[in-house]
Formats: sequence, structure tokens, C-alpha cells
Amino acid sequence: MSVTADDVRRIARLARLAEPKDRIDTLVGELNGILAWIEQLNEVDVEGVEPMTTPVKFPLPQREDIVNDGGIRDKVLANAPSSEDGFFVVPKSVE
Amino acid sequence: MSDLLKLSLTDVTAKLRAREVSATELAKEALAACRSAQGALNAFTAFDEAKTMAMAKASDERLARGEGGLLEGAPLAIKDLFAVEGVSTTASSNILKGFKPPYESSVTQSWWDNGGVFLCKTSMDEFAMGSSNETSNTGPVNNPWKGAKGETLTPGGSSGGSATAVAADLCFGATGTDTGGSIRQPASFTGTVGVKGTYGRTSRWGAIAFASSLDHPGPFAKTVKDGAMLLQAMSGHDPKDSTSLPNEVPDFVAACGRSVKGLRIGVPKEYRVDGMPDEIEQAWQQGIEWLKAAGCEIVDISLPHTKYALPAYYIVAPAEASSNLARYDGMRYGNRVEGKDLTETYEKTRASGFGTEVQRRIMIGTYVLSAGYYDAYYLRALKVRTRILQDFDQAFEKVDAILTPSAPSAAFPLGSKSNDPIAMYLNDVFTVTANLAGVPAMSVPAGLDKDGLPLGLQIITKALDEETMFTVGAALEDAAGFTAKPAKWW
Repeated sequence: MSVTADDVRRIARLARLAEPKDRIDTLVGELNGILAWIEQLNEVDVEGVEPMTTPVKFPLPQREDIVNDGGIRDKVLANAPSSEDGFFVVPKSVE
Repeated sequence: MSDLLKLSLTDVTAKLRAREVSATELAKEALAACRSAQGALNAFTAFDEAKTMAMAKASDERLARGEGGLLEGAPLAIKDLFAVEGVSTTASSNILKGFKPPYESSVTQSWWDNGGVFLCKTSMDEFAMGSSNETSNTGPVNNPWKGAKGETLTPGGSSGGSATAVAADLCFGATGTDTGGSIRQPASFTGTVGVKGTYGRTSRWGAIAFASSLDHPGPFAKTVKDGAMLLQAMSGHDPKDSTSLPNEVPDFVAACGRSVKGLRIGVPKEYRVDGMPDEIEQAWQQGIEWLKAAGCEIVDISLPHTKYALPAYYIVAPAEASSNLARYDGMRYGNRVEGKDLTETYEKTRASGFGTEVQRRIMIGTYVLSAGYYDAYYLRALKVRTRILQDFDQAFEKVDAILTPSAPSAAFPLGSKSNDPIAMYLNDVFTVTANLAGVPAMSVPAGLDKDGLPLGLQIITKALDEETMFTVGAALEDAAGFTAKPAKWW
């Protein structure tokens, strides 16, 4: 499998990265190089093998369903690029 | 400048307890040494002198009362991936420029609870994506070790600033994170000890995420015993990290100095790559001889899927990264670049905030997770990951520890691999297997190559058995008698 310039544009869009106009050709080359190198995984016999998503062997721990944090509005907002009256200010997202 | 900073953590904490030196005096000296080295080494991203001095003062008060923890009074450096309350924490990325977390990471909190003193933040590859510290937004870190012809070398990465700070005797220990080798490879390149425990032994809470199922916080140290103290002081169950191990933490320090007699040491035939310098093979053979002389039984083993670990990693890690880094959208923290609408704001913010390597990995991750490619790439890589774990499971039925080289080369000149992503990725060929399997591994300096550069050997043990890793590491350190230091030029 190999990617084209259109694929790179589509991937960038999916990843919410502005189209890297001056780097499209470079990226096509780099991504194809990496993907070609990854192709060697096809040599491995994975028939009947379970996928491993984590090294953790215990079940996901659960805690009491109670409020255990909060009341720190100003701390939460402290690093906001834009905030007003205790709210984040963001671009309009609903017409 | 006195020679205090040249002491090991073990020795300096003994002096602090004996009140031969104060934490305040030590902190002042370490701060001055870091600041004077910064121009040459470029290893640091932030200081907070008031915080450092306040912590040192509190430490002196505890010491005066005859109290104090394992690390009491020792100035420690923190990789810029860990949140330190009120101190700039950016993962060496422009997208987080100016970010000051209102909270403390669990690992750093645990060091402070053990008496450690915050010294500085250290530079790293952006979001820990790199093996040479060249993708940092503050520029490359320079290895204190220089090439034979005086070339400036990489300290390795991604935790290059931390490795440099320890190698140059600017602190008594430093945090790193190891996702594919980002502690062990720089440790090998700088003649320091680099450790990662079992996956989940150290909490990831408050450490900026790269690839969550592979990220292991761990320490850099001057000696194996120092490494045991530092890992000890950052390990333990953390309810804030759902993957944190509930197990009791063994006494890692006590494991250093135990006899290795009768331990079975596995030597995997697959840990060789084309073009690997003979000196690395020789250092490895020397390590085998040392352990044999100390009474270990050497066992030839096979880890047949080793060569597939790196390509599998370069699917799994970018896939997890593309998901983890989706949070940087310029809305709640970090920098924002306004566009004509919300989507364009996201796109411009991320394209201007992330560097090229980070964008490349986000794109690979997005691609392998996208419709039509998920099974062929991501799912297959996860199955190969199972194969790699099975390799280790089978090997550990026959051996107690595995000995390998830490990296396929010594430190290389800055810029020499930055245009070839795959050549750069191959740095992690010997370390990445332990991340995929989640087993403990450490790098111990074993000797110098013909150019006078340090080479490390790696010890890998089974999950939860850091004790055997430290026992073998200490025996190797003892036999190697590695005392070389880079000539001071900074």
C-alpha cells in the first residue's frame, strides 16, 4: 500500500492539521518510506493471535461514584488562550 | 565550585544526613552550575529559583530535626514532560509554550515527598518523539561527551536534557520517560544509568502522554544504587492512573549488591544489526564474561520476533499519539491561532504549534487508524506485539535476566541522522521490545569505544522483577568499574 498527495491531504484534514502545502511531496516520500518498512510485519504469522493493547493484566479498577475533585474554576482557566467571566472563550461552533 | 556535585546520590544524601553539607548550600551550587553550563549544553528549559530555595530550606529543617526521606536534600532535574506545579511545562513544544500546570505529576510529587529538591526542567525531543533531542523547540541538547575530533554529539533522546544534566554532574538524578528507549538510549550515549521499571510501576499521571500503553517514567542516575533509590522513590500505586500497579514495591536498593551466583543470564542471538560497530559486540561479550566470572550461568536464547518490534512500535506509538495529541486544539490551554471558523482554528493552531516530526507521527497514526487500514496495520501490529511478549515469556522460563547492548551505536554527531526518519528510528532497535512487553529494563555504562565514548549494556528481566535487574546491574557495574567522565568544556 502506498499513499498519494491526495491521501496526505486527506490524512492532514482528519488529523486537523492545516494542509502542509510546501511539504506535500516530502511527506508522500517519507510516509511511503515508513509504510514500506512497516510492510515486513506481513511476514509474521498472526493466525489466531490475540491483539495486545496493554501490558496490564488486571481488570480496570473502579472507584466510588462520588465527586472527589472540583471547585478550582480559576485554576482550570489559568492557562486558557482566552477566557471571560469564568468561561473559556472559543470560536463560534454552532450556526 | 567545590566537588560536591560530583558525588553520587548515595554519598551526598549521607553527607546531608550527617549535616556536613546543607541542602541550601547544595541547591545554590547546583543552580549556579546549571546556569553556567546552559550556554554550552542547552539542556534546560526552566528554572524556579524561589521554589528550589524554599524546598531546600524545608529540607534543611527536616534534616535538623533528624527527619527526612530517601532523597532528602538532593537537587533533582525534571524532564519537561512532567507537570511541576507553577513551573513552565511544555514537552519542548511550541503548542504548550507558556503552560504552567496548576497541579503536580504523581512521580515528581513522590520525589518531593521523599525529600527531593526541584532543580530545573530539562529539554527533550518534542512530545518525546525522537532519539537525538533535536526536535526540541529550544534546539538540540549537546552531549557533555565530545567526538574524537571535537564534534558536538547528541546526548540521545528523547530524555536528552536529563541524561546530560546527570552526565555533567549538574544534579544528583533526573526523571525521564521511556516509550521506546528514551531513557536507556540516552543513558548509553552519556555514560549514565537509565532505568525503567515494569509498566505501571511508576504513575503516568501528570506526565504528558505520548503513547499511553508504552510510556514508562523512570530515572537517570550516576550509579546503579542511585538508580534503585530514585526508582524506589517514584514507584507505587496511584489511584489517579488506571494502569498503575496495585502491587507492593520491593526494596530495590537492597537488591543492589546481592550475589548473582547461579543466576541464569540469557543472551539473545537476534540483538545484532547490520553495520553495528564491532566494539558494541565486544562490549557485549565482555559483559557476558564479567557475569560468567561472577558465577552466572550464560544461556543462549532466541527472541525470534525482535526484528518486528520496531515496525510494530511505529504503528502502535503513532496511533496512540495521534489520539493523545488530539487534545491540543487551542481551546483550553496552549497557544491558539485564529482561523475563519472553528475547524480552521484547530488546523492552524496544530500546524503552527507542532513540529515536523510530531506532525509526521500524528499523520502516520491517523492513517493506520483510518477506515480501511485499521486491520491491515493497527490490528496486525497489536498481534505482533503479543508475539513479542510471548518471546519474552518463553525466554523467562529458561533465564532470570537477559543481557544485550543498549543501543546499536555510540553517540553520533548532531544533524547526522535528522533527514532520515528510519535511520533515526533504528536507534531504539534494542530497547523498544521491553516497552512493547512492559518488562523492566535498564542501561548500565560498560566501557568506552575507540573514540572514548561510552557504551551501555541493557539488562531486561520479567515483569515485577526489578530486583533481579538491579542485582545484575550492580554486578555489571562492579565488574566494569566505569569511572570515566567527559572532559569539562561547558
